[in-house]
Amino acid sequence: MTTTAESGVHQRLADLAERQIAAGEVRGAPAADPVNLPMIRHWAAAMGDANPVYTDEEFAAGSAHGAIVAPPAMIQVWTMAGLDGGDTVGPVAVMLAALDESGFTGVVATNCEQTYHRYLRLGERPVAATRMSGLSGPKTTALGVGYFVTWVVTWYSDDEPVAEMMFRVLKFRPVERNPEPAKHDPYPLAPAVNRDTAFFWEGARQGELRIQKCGDCGEPRHPPGPVCPTCRSLNRTYTLAAGVGEVYSYVVHHNPPVPGREIPFVVAVIALPEGVRIVGNIVECAAEKVGIGMPVRVVYREMDDELILPMWIPRES
Amino acid sequence: MYSLSGRTAIAGIGATEFSKESGRSELQLAAEAVFAAVDDAGLSPAEVDGLVTFTQDANQEIAVAREVGIGDLTFFSRVEYGGGAACGTVLHAAMAVATGAASTVVCYRAFNERSGRRFGQPDPRLGGQPSSQGVEMSWHVPYGLMTPAGWVAMFARRYMHAFGATSEDFGRVAVAMRRHAATNPAAWFHGRPITLEEHQRSRWIVEPLHLLDCCQESDGAVALVVTSADRARHLRRSPAVVTAAAQGAGRGQMMMTSFYRDDMSGLPEMGVVASALWSMSGLSPKDIQTAILYDHFTPFVLSQLEELGFCGRGEAKDFVADGGIEIDGRLPVNPHGGQLGEAYIHGMNGITEAVRQIRGTAVNQVAGVRNVLVTAGTGVPTSGLVLSRE
Repeated sequence: MTTTAESGVHQRLADLAERQIAAGEVRGAPAADPVNLPMIRHWAAAMGDANPVYTDEEFAAGSAHGAIVAPPAMIQVWTMAGLDGGDTVGPVAVMLAALDESGFTGVVATNCEQTYHRYLRLGERPVAATRMSGLSGPKTTALGVGYFVTWVVTWYSDDEPVAEMMFRVLKFRPVERNPEPAKHDPYPLAPAVNRDTAFFWEGARQGELRIQKCGDCGEPRHPPGPVCPTCRSLNRTYTLAAGVGEVYSYVVHHNPPVPGREIPFVVAVIALPEGVRIVGNIVECAAEKVGIGMPVRVVYREMDDELILPMWIPRES
Repeated sequence: MYSLSGRTAIAGIGATEFSKESGRSELQLAAEAVFAAVDDAGLSPAEVDGLVTFTQDANQEIAVAREVGIGDLTFFSRVEYGGGAACGTVLHAAMAVATGAASTVVCYRAFNERSGRRFGQPDPRLGGQPSSQGVEMSWHVPYGLMTPAGWVAMFARRYMHAFGATSEDFGRVAVAMRRHAATNPAAWFHGRPITLEEHQRSRWIVEPLHLLDCCQESDGAVALVVTSADRARHLRRSPAVVTAAAQGAGRGQMMMTSFYRDDMSGLPEMGVVASALWSMSGLSPKDIQTAILYDHFTPFVLSQLEELGFCGRGEAKDFVADGGIEIDGRLPVNPHGGQLGEAYIHGMNGITEAVRQIRGTAVNQVAGVRNVLVTAGTGVPTSGLVLSRE
C-alpha cells in the first residue's frame, strides 16, 4: 500500500518535472532598482571587499572599466525578491510547491555555480530568467528521503546575457521526530566533569572537538588542566580541532564485558594535527582493518540524553 | 652526601598461602602475614613501632596493630599508585629507620583480590568522581578503556610497532614465569607449565594481549620487617641489605594511561627508578644475578629490561629469546614464577622472593646471588629496590 502510494507520488512529481523542464526559460520581472552605488557600497562593506573600482568614481575612471562597476558576485542581489514577493508561477516555483504538498517540506541548498560574462555598470537593470533543468530522486539522505531539483538562472541586461547560475536544492521529507523522545537509559560510563574539563564535553554536545590552548603562550594541551605547564598561565582558551587525525595506537577489547558497550570494540589513541593526542573509539570499521597510521575523522555519538562522545571513523586518505 | 644505601635491611618475611578464595577477612590475612614476618625475624610484635602499606590496602595500620598486639606506633605511612607502591613501602620504612623515626617497621599488603574486589573487572566508578584521578580516568572510561589489560595493551601495540616485537615475544615471558612456578610449591600454578603454542591459542583479553599475557588474580597477604642493618645482623636471619630503594614518576605521568607523552614505547617512570637505583647502589646491571620484575602483564617485562639497562631499547625481544630470562638463562627473572605464576600480591611476593634469593633459601635458587633487583607496578608511578647479601 505504502509502496503503491509512494510510486504514485513519484510518478506525479516526475511528470510535473518533465513539463516544467519542457517549459524552458521563463523571464521574471526586471530588477526593482537599477544597479546603484549605495547597494554596492553596502554589499562591498558587508563582504569586506575594499576594491575601489566598485565605489571610488575617480579610481574607477582610471581603471580598465572606465567607470564604477558592480561586483559580479552581487548578481543575485539585484533581482532577489523581497520578503513578501517571490516567484510563484515560474517552473521551479511550481515544482517546489508540488514537493512541499507531497511532504518534502525540508529544503537545503546543495550546489551553486555562478558564471559571469561581464561586469554590470551603474544604471543597468538586469532581468533574471529561470529554467528548470532536472529532478532526481527519490534519494535517501542523512536528512531524510528527498528529491534534488536543479535549475539555471540567466541574467540579461536588455537581451545580453551577463551572468548564469546553476542552483540545486534537496527537498526532503524531514525524519519524523517523536514528540516526546523516549528517555535513553543513562550511559553507565559517563565521565566525571569539573570546571577544568567542562568546555570539552560541552563542545562535544555541540559537535565541536575543543582542544585546550594556553591564552598566553598558545601551547595546545590535551587532556586539559587548569595551569599551562609551559608558562604557568591560568588564561585558558580552546581551539576547534579540524576533527581529523591518525591512529597512534589501538586495542581491541574482548574481555571482560564492559557495561554499556558491545564487545569487541576498538579504542585508539589518535594523534591530531593540532599537536596533541586524544583517546576515542573507532567505529564503523572492522577491528581487523584498523592499523597504526590509519587516517580517521571525528563523529559524534549520543550516548544518552546528556552525553555525546566524540568517536572516530576511517577517513579516505 | 647522606645515602640510604646499606643502612637498613629486610630482616623478616612472611606470607599467607596464595589462593583464589581465602575464606577469611583481609584484616585476618594481614595479621597472619605480619605474625609470620615478625616470627621469621625472631622479633615480637611489641617491638614493631612503624607500619607501612599501600594506599589501596583496606586494612588501616591501627587495625593491624590492634590485631597483632603492636603497641605504640611512631611511624605509619601509605604509598600510592596501586602495585607501584610495593618497593616504595620498603623505601618509606628504610627512611623511617635510617632517620630514627622508627626502629622496626613492618610493610604489609593483604587482599582478597580474587574472591573480593577484582582489579581486572571494569568499574564505572573509576571515572565517577571529579577528583584529579577521576577526571584523568574520564578521558578513557567513557570509551570502555577501563581495565588494566586495556591500558597495557595500548602501550604493547605501540611497542610492537616501534620495535617489531610480536605476541610470541610477550609469550616467552609467560612461558618462563610458568616454568619457574611449576617447581615452586607455593605457586598457584605449581606443576602447570605452559608452552608458547598454548599462549598463542589462549583467548583474547584485549588485543594484542592474550589471556596468558595477563597475570592471575589472587587472595593472600605478604609482610616484611625492615630494621637497621646493624640490628638485622644480630637477628636470626641473614639480612637482605637495602642497597638502593627509589620511587619514580615521569614527566606527563598518569595512572596507567600516559598516552600523551613521548613515544609510548617505554616506561619513563621505571627509567627514573633505574637511574636512582644504579646511582644509589653504585652498581650496574652486570652486578645483578637475578631480577624480580613486576609482571602483571608480559609486555612491560620487556620494557623494564630496557629501562633498567639489561639490554638496549627494543632489544628485549632478543634478550628473552632462547630462555634468556629463565632460571638457567642470562638473567633469571622471577625464579618464583612471578605474579603470572606464583600469585598476584601486588608485587610484595616478589620482594619476599628477592630476600630468599639473598638468603640462599629460594626453591628455585640462583647460584652465587649477591644483588637482586626488584621492581614494582608498571604503567603507574612505581618503585624499585636493590637488595644485597653481606
